[in-house]
Formats: sequence, C-alpha cells, structure tokens
Amino acid sequence: MNYHWNWRIFGEMSPDGVHTYWDTLLSGLAWTLATSLAGWVMALALGFAVGALRTLPGRWLPLLGTAYVELFRNVPLLVQMFLWFFVAPELLPQAAGDWLKAMPNAPFATAVICLGFFTSARVAVQVTAGIQALAGGQRLAALALGLDLPQTYRFVLLPLALRVILPPLTSEFLNIIKNSSVALTIGLMELTASARSIQEFSFQVFEAFSAATLIYVLVNLTVIAAMRLLERRLALPGTLGAR
Amino acid sequence: MFTHFDFDVIGRSWVYLFQVGMAFTLELTVLAMIGGVALGTLLALCRMSSFKPLALVAAAYVNLIRAVPLVLVIFWFYFLVPYLAAWVIGAAEPVKVGTFWSALITFTLFQAAYYCEIMRGGIQAIPRGQVLAAQALGLNYWQVMGRIVLPQAFRNMLPVLLTQTIVLFQDVSLVYVLSVPDFVGAASKVAQRDGRLVEMYTFVALVYFVLCCLLSWLARRLQKRVAIVR
Repeated sequence: MNYHWNWRIFGEMSPDGVHTYWDTLLSGLAWTLATSLAGWVMALALGFAVGALRTLPGRWLPLLGTAYVELFRNVPLLVQMFLWFFVAPELLPQAAGDWLKAMPNAPFATAVICLGFFTSARVAVQVTAGIQALAGGQRLAALALGLDLPQTYRFVLLPLALRVILPPLTSEFLNIIKNSSVALTIGLMELTASARSIQEFSFQVFEAFSAATLIYVLVNLTVIAAMRLLERRLALPGTLGAR
Repeated sequence: MFTHFDFDVIGRSWVYLFQVGMAFTLELTVLAMIGGVALGTLLALCRMSSFKPLALVAAAYVNLIRAVPLVLVIFWFYFLVPYLAAWVIGAAEPVKVGTFWSALITFTLFQAAYYCEIMRGGIQAIPRGQVLAAQALGLNYWQVMGRIVLPQAFRNMLPVLLTQTIVLFQDVSLVYVLSVPDFVGAASKVAQRDGRLVEMYTFVALVYFVLCCLLSWLARRLQKRVAIVR
C-alpha cells in the first residue's frame, strides 16, 4: 500500500484561489442541510395531507392517496431527480420551461422539490399507520362531541398520530439527509459532491471521503440526540415510550 | 403536448436497454442480495454474540454504514477496493478491479448492514423456549441457529427481505455515478447521443414503476402465504 497520506490537505487552497478545501467541505455541508431541511418541510406538509387522505371515509380519496404513495415509492430517486430536472421543464409551456432552466439555483430548487415529493410518500405511509394505530374511539368520540371531520383531524387525530410516529419520522429525516447526496447527479455541490471535487483536484481520495463520512456521522448523531429529546417531551402518557 | 416528441427512439434502443442495461441491473441486484443476506445474517449473529468485542465491532459497522449515503459509499469502495485487492494479494500497485466487481462489493457490504437489522429483528422474535428446548435436546450453537432459529427467522422475515431487495433494485441505479451502463446509465447514454432526454427518462421511470409494483405485489402475496397461523 503506497498511498501518500496528507491530512494537511484541508488547510490548502482549493482551485478557486479564495477558499481552502476545508471551506469547500463546509459549504457542501451547508447545501446538504439546506436541501434536506427545505425538502423535509415540504415532505411533512404533503405527507400529513396525503396520509390523512388515505384514512378518510369513502373510496376514491383513499385510492387517490394510495396512488400518490405508489407513484413516488416505485420509481428510483435518481430517476425522479432526472424527471424533475430534465423532463419537467420540457412539459411546461416554452416560456415557463426556459425560465426554470435559467434559474440561478436550478439544481437546488429541483432537488428540494424532488426530495420533498419522494419523502412525502414515505411520511404519508407513517401518518396513515399512525392514525390507524390510534384507538378507533378517538374519531367517534370527537365526532360525537360535535366536531366536524376537518376539526376531528386538526384537533384530535393528527396531533395524536404525530406523537405516535415520531420515531419512524426520525429515520425518514435521517434518510432525506442521506438522499440529498443523489442531487450531485444534477450538479448540486452538496457534501458528497464537495468530497468528490476535493478528490478530483487534489487526489487525496481517502482524506476527503473520511472527512465527509465523519461529518455525516456527526450530523446523524446530532439529529438522533435532538429527536430523542423531542420524543421524550411528546411521548403519549400511558404508552411504553413515556416515563 | 407530446407532438414534438419522438418516441421512436425507444423502439430503436430497447433491445440494447434491456440486454445490456437491465441485465447488468438485475445481475447486480441478485448477486448483491445473495451476498448481502448471507453477510447480513452473519453480522446479525455477531451483533447478538455474547462475546462483547465481536458484538461491538458488528454494531459499529452496521451503524456506520447506515449513517452514510450510498453515493458516498459507492465512491469510497470505487477508490478503496483496488488498494484492498493489492493488499490481499500482496501486489505493489493498486489492482484494476473493474466497475462491476467494485459495484458488487459495494452493494453487498452496504446492503448487509440493512439485511442485518432485518435478520436481527427476525431472530429476536423467535420465542426463547425454542432455543431452550433445542439446547435441552443437546444441540450445539450452530445446530440451534442453523436448524431451529434461522429457518424460522427467514420464513417470518421473507416479505421484509423482499421489500429490502426492491429498495436494492432501485438503489442499483446509483451506479450511474460511476458511468456504468446499468439500466439508467444505458438509457442516459442513448438519451444524450440522440438528444432525447424526455422520452428516455420517462420510459425508464415507467419500466421501474411497473417492475417495482409487480415485485411489491409479490411481496404482499408472499406475506399472506408465509404468515404462520398461531
């Protein structure tokens, strides 16, 4: 093994002549966090809506929700990324498509939309499961008290379901952070792409990838610790999670 | 809406797409699944070992792999495997391994971490009485695991293992970053050659959608068939 280790590489100047390689990594981390946080907000909003849709009475609305979930779960994320980036602008009217392609941060916006929809399907599954896991009496009791259906969802079912599904939501949040790395294929300079660019310019492969790995692990641990706190705060009294 | 599109490009290239691209994707999926399940089961046994250092190392490996994005792991092994191979056979220079082997090693090692957690769940769901009864009959550790615990764990976890394999089938598309002609890579080559990105990527999405729906329908049917009535 004659690999030339050089851990000082991160202090050296990157090819742009202004920033060090360490700055390259940090800016990658910032893009990763920005993309996954924005996507996560979108995924939560859409996921709760679609998840609730699947538990409504009647036939067509739940079917619509299930079709939505199947659509986004059965196509690989990479292909979805390409669809949003290369195909979607072509299907719009000419002017709108051109405007989209000329946007300064097109990869970022595309990645957020793509990850938002992709993750929302997964969140929706959890939300449906959460609502179905609640005692059936909750819905009936709320309706008997005179709440209409939207109020039942808004004040009773969804808040309870959120508290039940926090642990699986944590792992979906970790997933969206990891999945944001797929956006490097459409040119987003997130953390993995930054490590890759350091490798390309400096040939210090293993230092660059080790640093990126370490940062991912630290982000992971931080998220897990924060969510544990939140889970303990929000655990439903009387369940095994509460103490 | 589709007036200025040329869907003829699919008619011209689908043989190449399936014979080269899909064949590569399926081969990688199946081999990585077999390797991943085998290695994952071993990892699960290690994680539950009473020998603490072994359990710790296995847990650290699983948690590390699960914390890192697959794309980064693909890059890691793409550069690491040549050095590892050189070290194994004692060569002075990094060995050229080829993208297929590099990808196969990556997906096997990566998926093993996920299969490990599934198998661990399956093993832990086996009633303790089963193990005690087997030990009382005089079976040793490997007999207890190989003949009593693992067959039941496999059966119970079969639908989940299949679901994870669907995830693997979708994840294989990420070898695109190594410019390998898997199904997506092959389609993207044709798309760029003919300037037909819209048609090709729509077609790719459609094929994946149909195949994955079919596989998850299979998983649901399997779930009904293997469920043990208690």
